[in-house]
Amino acid sequence: MNTKSSISKFVVDAKNLATRELNEKIREAIRDGHKQIDIQNVSGQRYIAAGIQELIDIEIFGVPGNDLGVFMDGSKVVVHGNAQDATGNTMNSGEIIIHGDVGDITGMSARGGKIFIQKNAGYRTGVHLKEYQGLRPIIVIGGTAQDFLGEYMAGGVIIMLGLNLKGGIHNADYVGTGMHGGSIILSGDVRGIGREVEVQQLDQEDNRLVEHSVQEYSKHFGCKVDEILGSKFKKLKPVSTRPYGNLYSY
Amino acid sequence: MLRSRRLPEYNVRIDTDTCTVCKACVIQCTFDVFSYMKIENKISIDESKCVDCHRCMIYCPDKSISITPTPIQYRPNASWNKESIHNIMKQAESGGILLTSMGCDKPNYNYFDRLLINASQVTNPSIDPIREPMEVKTYLGRKPDKLTISDNNGDSIIETSESPQLLLETPIMFSAMSLGSVNINVQESLAMAAASSGTYQNIGEGGLHPRLKKYAKNLIVQVASGRYGVHKKYLDTGAAVEIKIGQGAKPGIGGHLPGEKITKEISEARRIPAGTDAISPAPQHDIYSIEDLSQLIHAIKEATEYSKPVIVKIAAVHNSAAIASGIARSGADIIAIDGMRASTGAAPLVMRDNVGIPIEMAIASVDTRLNQEGIRDKISIIAGGGIRSSSDAFKIIALGADACYISTVALIAMGCTVCQKCHTGKCPWGLTTMNPSISIRINPKMESKRVANLVRAWTLEIKDMLGGMGINSIESLRGNRHQLRGVGLSEQEMEILGVRPAGI
Amino acid sequence: MMIITHNGHIIAIRYIYVFQFFNSSEIKLSESARQLVNKPLKSVQRQNNPYKDEKVIDSCSIFGMMDQNKKLFAGNDIIEASASMNQRANGLGSGYAVYGLYPKYWNNYAFHIMYDDKEALDWGSKFIESNFDIIFDEEIPMDIHGIHKHVPIMRRYFTNIDLDNLDEIKEDEYLVNKCLEMNTSGKGAYVFSSGKNMGVFKGVGWPQEIAKIFRLDEYKGYLWLSHSRFPTNSRAWWGGAHPFAHLESTVVHNGEISSYGTNRRFLEMKGYRCTFQTDTEIFALALDYLQRKHQLPVEIIAKIFAPPLWKDIEKMSESERNLLRRLRITYDKLLMNGPFSIIFANHGLMVGLADRLKLRPIIAARRKDMLLLSSEEAAIIKILPDIDDVHHPKGGEPVIARCHEGFAS
Repeated sequence: MNTKSSISKFVVDAKNLATRELNEKIREAIRDGHKQIDIQNVSGQRYIAAGIQELIDIEIFGVPGNDLGVFMDGSKVVVHGNAQDATGNTMNSGEIIIHGDVGDITGMSARGGKIFIQKNAGYRTGVHLKEYQGLRPIIVIGGTAQDFLGEYMAGGVIIMLGLNLKGGIHNADYVGTGMHGGSIILSGDVRGIGREVEVQQLDQEDNRLVEHSVQEYSKHFGCKVDEILGSKFKKLKPVSTRPYGNLYSY
Repeated sequence: MLRSRRLPEYNVRIDTDTCTVCKACVIQCTFDVFSYMKIENKISIDESKCVDCHRCMIYCPDKSISITPTPIQYRPNASWNKESIHNIMKQAESGGILLTSMGCDKPNYNYFDRLLINASQVTNPSIDPIREPMEVKTYLGRKPDKLTISDNNGDSIIETSESPQLLLETPIMFSAMSLGSVNINVQESLAMAAASSGTYQNIGEGGLHPRLKKYAKNLIVQVASGRYGVHKKYLDTGAAVEIKIGQGAKPGIGGHLPGEKITKEISEARRIPAGTDAISPAPQHDIYSIEDLSQLIHAIKEATEYSKPVIVKIAAVHNSAAIASGIARSGADIIAIDGMRASTGAAPLVMRDNVGIPIEMAIASVDTRLNQEGIRDKISIIAGGGIRSSSDAFKIIALGADACYISTVALIAMGCTVCQKCHTGKCPWGLTTMNPSISIRINPKMESKRVANLVRAWTLEIKDMLGGMGINSIESLRGNRHQLRGVGLSEQEMEILGVRPAGI
Repeated sequence: MMIITHNGHIIAIRYIYVFQFFNSSEIKLSESARQLVNKPLKSVQRQNNPYKDEKVIDSCSIFGMMDQNKKLFAGNDIIEASASMNQRANGLGSGYAVYGLYPKYWNNYAFHIMYDDKEALDWGSKFIESNFDIIFDEEIPMDIHGIHKHVPIMRRYFTNIDLDNLDEIKEDEYLVNKCLEMNTSGKGAYVFSSGKNMGVFKGVGWPQEIAKIFRLDEYKGYLWLSHSRFPTNSRAWWGGAHPFAHLESTVVHNGEISSYGTNRRFLEMKGYRCTFQTDTEIFALALDYLQRKHQLPVEIIAKIFAPPLWKDIEKMSESERNLLRRLRITYDKLLMNGPFSIIFANHGLMVGLADRLKLRPIIAARRKDMLLLSSEEAAIIKILPDIDDVHHPKGGEPVIARCHEGFAS
């Protein structure tokens, strides 16, 4: 183990690097013992941090491609810019922090870890989030999200703060459709919700989680914590963990 | 639910002369057909619950039980048979989708039985496979367009890099059956049989049970729309990763494992709480188009550092050829195609019996298309769904597949009598039930032997058929449609299958 | 040692591979050739396969002899040797390939073309004239005195390809495409060889009969192949006889391959057109693919046509094992499965190979600089009773005969 390199920061210039080349460089740096990796000039390279199980700090400057942090297990990825589709796909644990917007299906099927989105998220954010035993994925969206937010959710939490929301309504339909676990906590109204969910008041535990998450959000992006916590939150919960029990004959 | 107006489908009788009232039938029947009446000291029968699985008959020590289809029939009618009348009654009572399991049980979708195999006479010799070499070893994976070989002082050096390959000692593999559709005893039996036969077991979408870890070399792990139990270590475990787009028994729809089947064991493997429904959405939500498939393939390749082949499994549908062409170009190493007669643990009847196309047609058209486009080398083909015998396996390879997937066959080897009640979770043979008091009926040590025997027997038969046509290695059968002839097929069907009629 | 036999271990091959073929990478078929490939087959198929069998089945005797110093010799010996194996044939097809027979026109493409009739001749001559630069052409001298069967019109043309900016690779491709175009035209013209300083003579008849018709005793060459045929299809056609030529390569073949369907499907995927529906054509095209397009040496090609068994591959050293495993995986569809023995030749090279289970015979012999390959040893002894050395190669083990270096063709 090279102790020297483990402390130093590894810097990669991703300019003109193909996806596979860049990811090979990242894996090589990790094998060499680096714990902190900066990637400059990222432009569309996919699968960054895919399947990484070591605890690494990765900072990305630019716009990473799809499947950022897919299958990731434990690392922390900070994106200084927007991210594209399928960020945090099937993530197991770790943290992805995006200083900007994200595309569609953020956090798809994740079973742990946290994703902080400074601004807005696209379609199907948090689709099929799961949770099991100690692992619970949390997605915090600073602004708003589009349709099918939390579709099929089987666990985990989506918190949507609605900062700078126009007219107090999120332009999102079918929120929580097919949901049978977990919860969506949001400030503001949505255009439509799935028939598998109902609106509930936050309980004490929810309030603690929101408070904690907003503090973390503020740590990452800076915001007025008290002002946000002062707004009214509500919660979407599935009616049943068995939404389709009576769909079938015998 | 409304009261049922259906008549029982089977007559169940106990011969009281020979019955010793040992109660074996009461224990064996998981559908509660039999109950013991203490006062009378006799067995009472509720034959309306019988599914004709034969478990009681086999396990009755006195052979006193007989099951026959009930003689009562509805008035004969070409349009309205018993099944169609009963289905309507069931739906009128429940208002629900008809569920069923196993593969399509309707006639007319089978082409294997209308294809005949060639043999050598005079102009070339047949080969005796028992005493002469006969090779069925099969490699699955992407091939390079050419090998560039350089000479280094007499040593030949290959400069072309190699894509990861799966080595099969026989071209028969076990198709995906998840933990949840079958129990761990069944999965372990198959894993043991795969290991001893030099082939692979696909564990389906349902996570990896700790008991299977020691068979990792012979496992294919699946990534499907539910992403249950999918994580980095899971991907690393398998010899290959299969992305499941569709399933032959129910193309185009997802699945759902009802909460009552999510036992503690299954919840651990799937990483979801016990008792909640496990929903597998219809599409994979990160694949809405062919370029997205390429993205998932490469995400898996990146996560596994390009060390193992990626299989993409699709259901055989009308435009399979075009889809397969796209998949071959998307970076996948192997394509698995599942025909419409494929089995399932649970599917809507209407999907199982009406959606998709037969595997023979799908393989024939896919192989032809990939050849026409000059990309057949880029991808290996596994055919599944409807393979019942070694001759089916043989014919599908001659039509263009590299290997085949079997699952119903393996279940039958372990006791299944194809009663089509997997979806009830009550499988009396202990196969498709999660109830630990029933699943104990499967002893992996014993059942794996039956499955391994079956694979051995089929392999011997395949060698016999190869030898008969004078071929001593399976690669010379692949796509060799000259060795097949059709009977009772229309000209167009023969054109698609690429075979001539028997006699010319 | 000039006849080099291998013990199945490719790594043990000591000499340096000589790539006498062209430095081409993958050759793409031109658009016109692509269209040809997709056109329905016309006369060639009809003539060679009148009953529309899936493929033509025949059995045969094969013979080859080569002088390593490229000393020219007359065909009398090979005619006699071939005739001595008449029991292996039924008189429905024989043929010869001769290398080094046109020293005067050594650098011109020598077309041997057979025509059904005068109309075909006119069309074919115009076709050649409009696509090639004819240096000299004439009727192929024939002696049909006492021959009571239809003999097609035979003509030969010595030509150049006169197109600007054509390098050697494109010249090859051009030549292949033009021959294919002619052979599939349906006009009754069939090119049966087109290489430089080599030629094929073949037709329906016994070996001595064909030799007489073509007056082969008047030619001299340094490498001769011969073939005598036993087709199961009695309506034999002159073009269906062996040898089959592709560019300057020629093949004679004995046996039937059961992998035909697999082999053909693969070659068609790679853009080839299987016009004759015979195994021999498969060999000729597979050779072209591996030798010319993939630049693989004949030692390697032998291991593709007739690979060692997996169990033997497992026992090899790691580098050998890797090579043979990769060859089998990559070129699995060019494994020639079933009984065959073949002799294939090119300028300065003659190779004999039998299938890996040795279901068809092949014998190698040497006398000084003369190298011989035959279906039967007796045929060799008949013409050269005092041979120095006889070798019985194992199945899948190629016998490779090369001319001494320094003798330009």
